[in-house]
Amino acid sequence: MLKVILRRLFQSLVTVSVVVTLIFVLFSVIPGSFATSRISEKRVVDVKVLERIEAELHLKDPLAQRFGNYIRGLAHGDLGNSFVTKRPVAAMLSDRIVASFRLAVAAIGFAVLVGLPLGFIAAVRQGTWIDTTAMVAAVSGLSVPGFWFGLLMMFLFSLKLGWLPTFGYGKGDLVHLILPALTLGVAPMALLARTTRAAVLETLNADFIRTARSKGMGEGRIVFRHLARNAFVLVLTTIGLQFGSMLGGSVVVEKLFAWPGVGSLLVESVSVRDIPAVQGCILVIVLFFLIVNTLVDVAYMAIDPRIRFQ
Amino acid sequence: MILRSNLVLSAAILTTVAVCAVAAPLVTWHGPTDGNLMFAGEPPSRQFWFGTDALGRDIFSRIMFGARISLMIGLAVQMMNTVIGVCLGLTAGYFGGWWDEVVQGLTNVMLSIPTVVFALALMTILGPGIPSLLIALGMTDWAYSCRISRAQILSLKSQNYIQAAQTLGYGRTHILLRELLPNIAGPLIVVATMGVGSAIMSEASLSFLGLGVVPPAPSWGAMLSSAREQMMVAPWIAIFPGLALFVTVLAFNLFGDGLRDMLDPTSSARGR
Repeated sequence: MLKVILRRLFQSLVTVSVVVTLIFVLFSVIPGSFATSRISEKRVVDVKVLERIEAELHLKDPLAQRFGNYIRGLAHGDLGNSFVTKRPVAAMLSDRIVASFRLAVAAIGFAVLVGLPLGFIAAVRQGTWIDTTAMVAAVSGLSVPGFWFGLLMMFLFSLKLGWLPTFGYGKGDLVHLILPALTLGVAPMALLARTTRAAVLETLNADFIRTARSKGMGEGRIVFRHLARNAFVLVLTTIGLQFGSMLGGSVVVEKLFAWPGVGSLLVESVSVRDIPAVQGCILVIVLFFLIVNTLVDVAYMAIDPRIRFQ
Repeated sequence: MILRSNLVLSAAILTTVAVCAVAAPLVTWHGPTDGNLMFAGEPPSRQFWFGTDALGRDIFSRIMFGARISLMIGLAVQMMNTVIGVCLGLTAGYFGGWWDEVVQGLTNVMLSIPTVVFALALMTILGPGIPSLLIALGMTDWAYSCRISRAQILSLKSQNYIQAAQTLGYGRTHILLRELLPNIAGPLIVVATMGVGSAIMSEASLSFLGLGVVPPAPSWGAMLSSAREQMMVAPWIAIFPGLALFVTVLAFNLFGDGLRDMLDPTSSARGR
């Protein structure tokens, strides 16, 4: 088992290095730099000033040297300084990560609490109107644009009914979290309902369920002891994948609700070409994805011995 | 029964959207970019079916013309993704070895960066606009079709007819394109159909963030980005473009589902 975990860690490390290099190279070949984009905004006019800025930000150093510096910084947890605010990117991110993480946890919580039972009931009642309704809801949830769904809920719950705040983080209170979390959670919820239904149906036809039935085991015991446990292995992957990609998926939702997370920092930084901040955001998003997925793989092995001994 | 009707329903919706896109100038009587502040923020009426936006532009007309942008980008992006994914997947599965390792590593990298995030980064470099959108989205979402085609090839590679073709002395290109590709087309078509829906959604997301289609061109996503501020006074600005986007993406997903059940009857018992 340890060997498998180590191999997964090594794979993740390779992926991270490739991502870091890719992002670095992409942003280094941009024609025009942060400094020239400032000029076009008429913020800086003097050529001397431009040269000084470029020297300050090391924009004119050879590519290999900049890459070396960047990697050396990364190894020490230094993501560089923002071109705009001059603050260390790591410090900027650390505030944002908390907000994004809270949003992601709330959204996946909603997805699991609603999607899992929905898929389960749909499978157990296969072919009935409950099944049809649940699956229509699921395919709609998968197709609805998050930002539009969010806008509609904002309209209903904030503007019409006045129950919830329209947007913003507030003082970090739960009321502000509800609408963004529902908006972000609706697609994972739908996907989870579909996966759960498929997984349960597949397990329902398995031999050991028939054996349990023919032994005269009670229906409740079959469902919870045999069915749920076996179907859960398949469902867990979906939860993990969805949770892992949530920081990236929340970009649009964070922007809509003015949520001070990593996603909105990414959008802000992209529009002003604040490259160190963009690199930092992408790094955090990718790392989160890989860490969550590695954890899911480990959890997998803990739950299902068949995977452990493969 | 339900499945078959889903296929028909979604095909009907997609045909309607396509007709709207093609016939946009014929069914609208206000230009999509003709603003008139005299009519700013008008609610839906006989003259403006879906109302007007803050600049007095006809929302119905913008949605009709927006269908062109959405469909064009969705189809073109998915075509690029499919070509890239299939080329990589086919060759990786068939040749194996170091090339397979490289492709698999690349696929893992692409999967770990969410499409919208990667596209956002690329849009910083390329600048907003439709050509940049095509490049940014067309090069970032191929991992899934690559995985599918690779997996399919691995299971087909050892089949008799492939060995027969090899023995007969057919070249690699012939075997890859004439023997293997037609046999993996089914699952690929399903993935590609749903991919068009998600490409349309990605375009709308980027345009919503202000980094996609440049205004005043009518894009469903861009139309929504200005809607939040006017939500209280003019909710129709938000409702109709979003509805168009929702129905179109839904139709692509339903169509993909229906196709899968039709091409692979064993899967219909499992998840829809």
